[in-house]
Amino acid sequence: MSLILLIPLLPLAVFVLIALAGRRHFPSLCGGLGTLALLVSFGLSAYVAYDYFFVAGKVNGAYQAIIPYKLQWLSFAPGLSIDLGLMLDPISVMMLVIVTLVSLMVHTYSLGYMKGEKRYATYYSFLALFTFSMLGLVLSANIFQMYVFWELVGVSSFLLIGFYFDKPSAVAAAKKAFIVTRFADLGFLIGILVLSWYSGSLDFPTLIHRLSTPGTELHNITAASFLGISALTWGLALVFIGGAGKSAMFPLHIWLPDAMEGPTPVSALIHAATMVVAGVFLVARLFPVYSVSDQAMGIVTWVGAFSSFFAAIIACTQTDIKRVLAYSTMSQIGYMMFSLGVSRYGGEHGLGYMASMFHLFTHAMFKALLFLGAGAVIHYVHSNEMGDMGGLRKHMPVTHITFLVACLAIAGIPPFAGFFSKEEILKAAYHASMPVYIMAVLTAAITAFYMFRLYFNIFWNKEFHGHGHDAHHGEAPASMKLPLLILGLCALFAGFVPFGNFVTSDGHPLAMEFDPLFSVTPVLLALAGILVARSLYYRQSQRPDRIAMSVKGLYQAAYHRFFIDEIYLFITKKVIFNLIGRPAAWIDRNIVDGAVNMAATVTGKISMAIKGAQSGKLQQYAAWFFAAMVGSVLVFIYLWK
Amino acid sequence: MGHIGLLHFLTISCALFFIGVYGFLTRRNLITMLMSIELILNSVNLNFVAFNKFLFPHKLDGLFFTLFIITIAAAEAAVAIAIIINLYRNFRSIDVEDADNLKY
Repeated sequence: MSLILLIPLLPLAVFVLIALAGRRHFPSLCGGLGTLALLVSFGLSAYVAYDYFFVAGKVNGAYQAIIPYKLQWLSFAPGLSIDLGLMLDPISVMMLVIVTLVSLMVHTYSLGYMKGEKRYATYYSFLALFTFSMLGLVLSANIFQMYVFWELVGVSSFLLIGFYFDKPSAVAAAKKAFIVTRFADLGFLIGILVLSWYSGSLDFPTLIHRLSTPGTELHNITAASFLGISALTWGLALVFIGGAGKSAMFPLHIWLPDAMEGPTPVSALIHAATMVVAGVFLVARLFPVYSVSDQAMGIVTWVGAFSSFFAAIIACTQTDIKRVLAYSTMSQIGYMMFSLGVSRYGGEHGLGYMASMFHLFTHAMFKALLFLGAGAVIHYVHSNEMGDMGGLRKHMPVTHITFLVACLAIAGIPPFAGFFSKEEILKAAYHASMPVYIMAVLTAAITAFYMFRLYFNIFWNKEFHGHGHDAHHGEAPASMKLPLLILGLCALFAGFVPFGNFVTSDGHPLAMEFDPLFSVTPVLLALAGILVARSLYYRQSQRPDRIAMSVKGLYQAAYHRFFIDEIYLFITKKVIFNLIGRPAAWIDRNIVDGAVNMAATVTGKISMAIKGAQSGKLQQYAAWFFAAMVGSVLVFIYLWK
Repeated sequence: MGHIGLLHFLTISCALFFIGVYGFLTRRNLITMLMSIELILNSVNLNFVAFNKFLFPHKLDGLFFTLFIITIAAAEAAVAIAIIINLYRNFRSIDVEDADNLKY
């Protein structure tokens, strides 16, 4: 347990070392250095996970939160301080393993993918910074500490999206991601203030305990209300805005597809497996508090379910393979969100919570795999467009097989990882709310369709005419194939982890009952989706275009992402700029600046008028003085009564 | 011609004072201006002595005051002439019109 401090500090050390010395003195070694440090971190995380789940974590049959390190950082008043600490509980230990595993895979993969890149060392330093921030985020024992790491994660994401900073689109994407998430974080900050104001603490265990068990704090926060909604719901909804921003939930999702401008391994690490699930993690972290407020849970459920469905529809029409994956990420995170939303705290009711965390776990594996596979394809074809691909199965056998495994996993076909977690989510939705269940099942079918549309378009469809690519490199170097194979194995077997024994809402094990009858509908729908995709995209044909033409309006709307970006632009450029920005600028320029300028002008004019008095002529002064004397003498004699 | 009274002294003193003021305001030569100041001082001295004699004949306060003023006027003349010499070194002139550097 004492080694746990090393897990986040090793990447930090690597970041400092590379940024200060490595970039200049040993740039080619930086990749190896970062990968090695991550390997150690991952080993330690696995050890900590083993230690926590099998040795130290259980007290009275339930997993407890352990805080091995705590340091008082800023003390405001007795009893109110911001601490820095590490907190271990089932979800943070799980995240620890996921983050270090995916990060290790991405580090290894980048050895091949980023080879020969000019800013190779800088890239690794950013990766290390991101890994450190993410580990700090999941280990935070304090909501404010989490906020600090939350912002650090945003910064490193900004740096990595804008890695190719000579491309204007990458710069725009980085700015967009940063501004949108930063805007959402404002909600998070206000939410933190509301919750900590009423609970009188920033520490997670104390805050959660005070706000989820009956007592004065819970009574106060539910009694206080604003616009007819209790302060608790407000606080939780505001915190959820922050989470929705990072997790790309509708309507704050607009940054995620653009974030694909970054290098592909970065997309795999940040925008698929780790950072974007931070919002889910946040809701899960505060889950006992969320479960008190039905309204907040309703928001989480419906935002999640709608985002999931919405993103799935858009994903069907996109042609950039990374964008398809980005929308599928958004869709899967929507799954995790509504699964949390339909869940309740404790025992059998906590099924959705467990399912959500399980899906987070399996999704990290297969989505990282999908992105890394897409990266290998892009590396080979030198294009992101589906139209430039096709028939790659013979050229890239390893990528083909692993990509197929990942597609089957995300489509929810047994016995791949996604099947088990999705099954639990659907079960939770089925017991809680019928409309959500129907949306979720439909989304599952659409997911299967668009993933296999992607798969068939890349690996089957038309023949690939390698325009001289085979000459200069083969499928991919070993450093890129190895992570694909490892993650492929994970995507195959991660579903067999008895997840309910480890991560549940209250720490008590929850048996996962496998119900074959329940699985029939979603699996059949997923298979139907796959078959439709196969019939349309297995061979090159005109049929997809004809179908697109027949639902032209819907297709065009989905292709243009339902014009959400345009709506944002309209609101910001037309409404906010014109109604608020310009009048404010006018007031600033004319009234504020005008007042200052007027003061200066008046002073200047007056001094111009009276400056002649200071002539430098001594006798003039003396004459004034004398005249004033005479004047005052006359006044005192004749007028002073 | 009758008795010489307080009024005569005051008339002389007043005339001296305004001659001094006129000289101070119109002459450009610093030495002459200094002399004009001496005239003003002397008119004050004359006032003190005259008032002392006609109003309080048994006291000597006014006379002592006059003696002090004479002493201080001597010291003042020394300082003023030192200043004038320095001015001359800087401006090669003792015309007060030339020393007008401190203006807007």
